Amino acid sequence: MTKLKEETKDNRAGIYAGTYGGQYIPETLMTELEKVDKAFHTLKDDPDFKAELHDLLVNYANRPSLLYYAKNMTEDLGGAKIYLKREDLNHTGAHKINNVIGQALLAKHLGKKRLIAETGAGQHGVATATIAALFGMECEIFMGKEDTDRQKLNVYRMELLGAKVHPVTTGSMVLKDAINAALQEWATRCEDTFYVMGSAVGPYPFPEMVKHFQSVISKESKVQLKAKENTLPDMVVACVGGGSNAIGSFADYIDDPSVKLVGVEAAGKGVNTDKTAATIERGSVGIFHGMKSLFLQNDDGQINPVYSISAGLDYPGVGPEHAALAKEGRAQYVGITDDESVQAFEYIAKEEGIVAAIESCHAIAYVEKVAPTMTKDQIIVCTLSGRGDKDVASIAKYKGVDIDE
Amino acid sequence: MSNLANIFKNHKAFIPFVVADDPDFDTTVANIVALAEGGADIVEVGIPFSDPIADGPVIQSADLRAFAAGVRTKTVFEIVEAARKQTDVPIVFLTYLNIVFKYGYEAFCKKCQELAISGLVIPDMPYESKAEIMPAANKYGIDIIPLITPTSGHRIEKIAKDASGFIYVVSSLGITGERNEFFNGLKDLVAEIKQYTDVPTAIGFGVHTPEQAKEMATIADGVIIGSAIVDIVDKQKQNAPEAVEKFTKSIRSAINESNTRKATV
Repeated sequence: MTKLKEETKDNRAGIYAGTYGGQYIPETLMTELEKVDKAFHTLKDDPDFKAELHDLLVNYANRPSLLYYAKNMTEDLGGAKIYLKREDLNHTGAHKINNVIGQALLAKHLGKKRLIAETGAGQHGVATATIAALFGMECEIFMGKEDTDRQKLNVYRMELLGAKVHPVTTGSMVLKDAINAALQEWATRCEDTFYVMGSAVGPYPFPEMVKHFQSVISKESKVQLKAKENTLPDMVVACVGGGSNAIGSFADYIDDPSVKLVGVEAAGKGVNTDKTAATIERGSVGIFHGMKSLFLQNDDGQINPVYSISAGLDYPGVGPEHAALAKEGRAQYVGITDDESVQAFEYIAKEEGIVAAIESCHAIAYVEKVAPTMTKDQIIVCTLSGRGDKDVASIAKYKGVDIDE
Repeated sequence: MSNLANIFKNHKAFIPFVVADDPDFDTTVANIVALAEGGADIVEVGIPFSDPIADGPVIQSADLRAFAAGVRTKTVFEIVEAARKQTDVPIVFLTYLNIVFKYGYEAFCKKCQELAISGLVIPDMPYESKAEIMPAANKYGIDIIPLITPTSGHRIEKIAKDASGFIYVVSSLGITGERNEFFNGLKDLVAEIKQYTDVPTAIGFGVHTPEQAKEMATIADGVIIGSAIVDIVDKQKQNAPEAVEKFTKSIRSAINESNTRKATV
């Protein structure tokens, strides 16, 4: 029921996930969106396209990613068995590459020569710049000025890969504003340009497309866990900003009702403060960035500034399918604060020898809370969406440690 | 349906735009009156939005000034109410869909009717997404003014056939803001629209000089000017109404020249 229907042309209901989704975007982009929609639905099941995608995922992106048994965490927490889906081990260090390879291949088939993208933490920008380099395409990345400051390393990585990075100085200068700027750029120049949307947000078909390309995470983890434990997990946990790694982590389990799905949002300074990005817990229905979904907004419908220590979760909305999964009760969404995620950042480093992205550490922090409440024969699969090298400097700063960058 | 379409009969229309509450309540009221006095046929009043994705830097800054003045949706209604005491110029709102959605389609359109608002321009509501607002718009006689752009292509027919009020023809790709060049197929674009409908067309996005206004008025039934007026408001602040009226008169006479020329052809 929550699956987006695939027939689109004359079936407007087909573009909604429940009551969420849709296409709320300037007319200038509608023809282009129709082309993307058509290309996606024509190619996604095409054997040649699938083979090309599979080859790049395996031979370039280093898939399948490991499903790693976190023995130390499991023993320390004393409850459910914990497996980590290691998207941090992908080429470029995050799950973002899965979707970028898929969309860039579509762009290639559409004859596009230039990729543009928004980025929050910089992981999606790095992945897009990487594939643009591989495919010999031009690349321009839009990133909030606030984020170019807190993720300098990734800015340099993108430039190293040949991309031009535009610091966005409008609004609150974070991910939301980067999406505004990228959409404006696309409206100005769409003829030769493909907008590689990084999260499961935006007008249809982007949320479905991102889900499709990220669903490789859950397809793999299901097979891998079956081989190791011969069972389904009891719970799947992933962090949620716009929701791309979470929807990819959930996708193949949505129709397995015994698997509990938990999305972890960034609560910032606390869910009940105004310094939060906990959209599902605190948001209301609205229309923004091309979709009807849940947003942090005021009574007039003005989008609120949001806050999280994590540049990747610092977004006032959430993908429409997450809004639908929450409404139906199929998935549960919880908030984790800055302090809790920083504690988890240190915890997983010391316990497992893994420096994980601060985004992913929101999911880890929830696992630390929930695993002890579960029994030893139960299993949690938690997605480690990215690696934490990019965060080391800012976490040191948060902790008041003076390091020479 | 409103009377908007009648305005264009035998007359090229001028449709200027101001952002409500930029820089403050009283100046906006005076600007609306000044636009009417200067010869505007329809005044487009922008309800500020936090994330105006179709707008360039000039209008984005105006929205920020309005937020600094504390603008709320209800403030905009109060501004129109105050202006209505001095002018009966036709007014349309330009805003983003979330503002209307949050207020409630029914309540918003009802309020528009009370304020004698003729139509709504909603840049992030394409043809496919307007079904949800149409019942309320029809009930209260509010025209939903569609946009047609240089990229609309095969979509022109369905948008044009379903249009009411007027059709906002977007002069070029991208976002609002002053331009020196426009899409070179505008004449053909307007001609194609005319194949499908008698609803008048008005060209906007980037028009900022009397010469451009005259040129656009030879192509379409009306001309929309936004950023150039918003820029005057920014520079003149509380003294804007006088300059706005002067600018409006200069555009009005340029457009009238195109009228005359058409009459003599």
